Amino acid sequence: MTAVIGSHATLVEMRDALATKAVGAAELARRHLDRIAAASHLNCFITLCEEAALASAQRADARIARDGHTALLGVPIAHKDIFCTKGVRTTCASKMLADFVAPYDATAVAKLDAAGVVVLGKTNMDEFAMGSSNETSYFGPVANPWDAGRVPGGSSGGSAAAVAAGLAPAATGTDTGGSIRQPAAFCGISGLKPTYGRVSRYGMVAFASSLDQGGPMARTAADLRLLLRHMEGFDPLDSTSADVAATASGHRNEPLTIGIPTEYWDDLEGDVASPLEDAAAVIDRLGHRRVAISLPHTAFAVPAYYVIAGAEASTNLSRYDGVRYGHRAADPADLDDLYRRSRSEGFGAEVKRRILTGTYTLSVGYYDAYYRKAQRLRRLIRQDFLDAFETVDLILTPVTPSAAFPRGAPDQAAADPTAMYRQDVFTVPASLAGLPALSVPCGCNGHLPVGMQLVAPHFAEDRLLALGEAFQRETDWHLRTPPEDS
Amino acid sequence: MNTAWESVIGLEVHIQLATRSKIFSGAATDFGAPPNTQACAVDLALPGVLPVLNAEAVRMAVLFGLAVQGRIAERCRFDRKNYFYPDLPKGYQISQLDEPIVHGGHLDIDVEHGGGKRINLTRAHLEEDAGKSLHEDYDGHTGIDLNRAGTPLLEVVSEPELATPAEAASYFRALHALVRYLDICDGDLSQGSMRCDANVSVRRPGAPLGERTEIKNLNSFRFLEKALHFEIDRQVDVLQAGHRVARQTLLYDAERDETRPMRGKELSDDYRYFPDPDLLPVAVTEAMREEARAALPELPVAKRRRYVEELDLAEYDARWLVADPDVAAYFEAVAASCGNAKAAANWVMGDVAAMLRREDRASADMPVPARELATLIKRIEDGTISGKIAKSLFAMLCDGKGTVDALIASQGLKQVSDTGELASIVAQVLADNPAQVEQFRAGKSRVLGYFVGQVMKATAGKANPRQVNELLREALG
Repeated sequence: MTAVIGSHATLVEMRDALATKAVGAAELARRHLDRIAAASHLNCFITLCEEAALASAQRADARIARDGHTALLGVPIAHKDIFCTKGVRTTCASKMLADFVAPYDATAVAKLDAAGVVVLGKTNMDEFAMGSSNETSYFGPVANPWDAGRVPGGSSGGSAAAVAAGLAPAATGTDTGGSIRQPAAFCGISGLKPTYGRVSRYGMVAFASSLDQGGPMARTAADLRLLLRHMEGFDPLDSTSADVAATASGHRNEPLTIGIPTEYWDDLEGDVASPLEDAAAVIDRLGHRRVAISLPHTAFAVPAYYVIAGAEASTNLSRYDGVRYGHRAADPADLDDLYRRSRSEGFGAEVKRRILTGTYTLSVGYYDAYYRKAQRLRRLIRQDFLDAFETVDLILTPVTPSAAFPRGAPDQAAADPTAMYRQDVFTVPASLAGLPALSVPCGCNGHLPVGMQLVAPHFAEDRLLALGEAFQRETDWHLRTPPEDS
Repeated sequence: MNTAWESVIGLEVHIQLATRSKIFSGAATDFGAPPNTQACAVDLALPGVLPVLNAEAVRMAVLFGLAVQGRIAERCRFDRKNYFYPDLPKGYQISQLDEPIVHGGHLDIDVEHGGGKRINLTRAHLEEDAGKSLHEDYDGHTGIDLNRAGTPLLEVVSEPELATPAEAASYFRALHALVRYLDICDGDLSQGSMRCDANVSVRRPGAPLGERTEIKNLNSFRFLEKALHFEIDRQVDVLQAGHRVARQTLLYDAERDETRPMRGKELSDDYRYFPDPDLLPVAVTEAMREEARAALPELPVAKRRRYVEELDLAEYDARWLVADPDVAAYFEAVAASCGNAKAAANWVMGDVAAMLRREDRASADMPVPARELATLIKRIEDGTISGKIAKSLFAMLCDGKGTVDALIASQGLKQVSDTGELASIVAQVLADNPAQVEQFRAGKSRVLGYFVGQVMKATAGKANPRQVNELLREALG
């Protein structure tokens, strides 16, 4: 790329360069498509929209020339392949939907289109967003740009890796139990899971409806803010979407009280402990006050999460039956055979595992012991946070127990799936409570990025992003880029 | 049925609510459209789509709850009922399990030997209808039509308080009348707008409840009654043979008049109900209840009482007239306009009903405006036309040949009430029939009718019969 705009320029920088005509949308699109082609070994994309991207970039250039620049006009981004895109296939990284083309756009996609983005393609992910390593994708695993032998995290691993590798300045992701925050941490980028209800779920293929939330992934907190402002908003097509004030374009910094929950920090492993300690010191320097707090039900979050998410997933995925669309078994002998083989052939192992456990926990005789109890725990976990926010403004925690782990997780998962699930220990509590949570790079463990998580009260994204932005003015972890030849 | 046994029946009636769009999507609900032309992405359960509750369905359910004097839940919830079937696109039906919108309530029904009986309701809840599986015309395959998928249903569950098939049918009829009064269902049974599942068991009087069976999908009053008769007899036969009734779900085959165990995947041992996370709990506010209360029309029971007490109609007539809200509305319009409720009732139950039957017309489709029928009645009362002329005039009105007054004028139907003119016709008739005059004078008073007939004949029916009678008696001394 030329000196005008670097390959790892931020979303805000690209928008500004387009607005000042320092660079054209078509040129930006072309360069990113070239970088994507050169980085095919990372396997970040399931579907590329090369022709459509170039055509829409040219239209953007014409509009900029005619009417000037607005919003995100001409800015290239990528969509996680869980967002339905009219006319472009939406696979959810599953054989089940390998050829599915939706006749509608997800609301978040439509809003970003209206803001003028150029969609480069659809990014790889764990199948139906079920996984933390991006290795359950029917379209093959994604490599971590920092170390191709390691996972990029999941389930929004393709989006995270694409942003980290400079294949797109920003991408959409979805987060059910950490699927934006954990891959952001593993890939050294910023990611925001908004408050449940801030971004419409319409057109986002459902995994666990009460937890799923779309959100932005980008290099900086300021980029997240910019992207979020064009994704969020009340949607009459989503009954659970919230009619709340939009995220502001900026937020005044004020001295905050930051809660440090002992349950998250006490047994922290060396991998992430010292980057987190350093980050906390930076926050002190910014004039905020740290206080120790307790979120006593934290230990129950992972089991509660896996019961609730599995239960919802087991019925959300019932629609994939081979009858109307999606994978259909050849020459079914009868209806049962059609169901059994279409679903057996169409779903991967992790998806099947979750459907089976979810079906089990909803069954007569087990419902009270699992689903009902998990819902009770969920309320307690939520109440922990609400109590804590009586005295603190934000909560600071690690995102993950370790930096990116080596590939080969599915083999380990087959042996002990719960070991993988325990990776989500720091991200699922905020999901269960429906709270907004930000993951930003805060250090390194060797050559691998480490992230920190900030959790805010419901709909306090402004405050959350403001601290992220202030942190990134003090640090340069978010500006580091992976080696180009990995 | 053997009198040593008694039957216990409870009904679950699925009422299709007459909303314009579906309960969770914007697709239209009209019946009879080509397959799958009224199914949108939500109805097809495409990936990523979400249900949004139709507020009109809630309004109708609240209206129903008020009408049966049930308790409207302040907060109700939707659950997923999970099972696989090709006409159930999501693999689950959105329904209400633990928190229905209406609790309790009751319905007053007519019973066989006169009088009434109060049947308590357990609950009424909202849910979505499934699509239809089409087993013909697809070359060995099954076709799926999802037009009906997502049509709003109100499922009304009665307590097991119906003692006989006739009571069950009477309850179904009362419910049918009620939802039509409330204008929440078109009541068209032939199109499946109301479908009934009947739970039935038999026992020795005083014994605990027997094992029950459920007969699914009965869509006519008559089939409900016949199916229950068959099933009760079957259960009695089973028990008298020393066997036990198996708990099962049955279908009624109207052609063979028998019930048969149902097969198929709509049946499951475990529907894995749980709260639908795509829908928030529904709050029914006092304002919504108040709005519904204000919109509540006069209901059949109250209407019938008013007809008897205020309009002085016979109990039978009142019951007949209120059975159909369109008929009742028509009757009331006629009665109000002519000021004679009894005459209005006679006309509506007589000529009007006969005409509807003959032409197979819906009661909402009255061919004679109420105002015209009222004029007709007034013209009889004021002596302008005779009752006989009125009948032929009514036929002309049905054929749309004009208004009452215009037809009387143009067809020369005005009754001859001129005493001088009638007196000379009477004199002529008596002069022409001396033998009959002799008979009358000999005491055969029946002959008077013969003279009346002759006068009417001479006037082409236009003579005022009362006047003719008077003049004849005068002339005959």
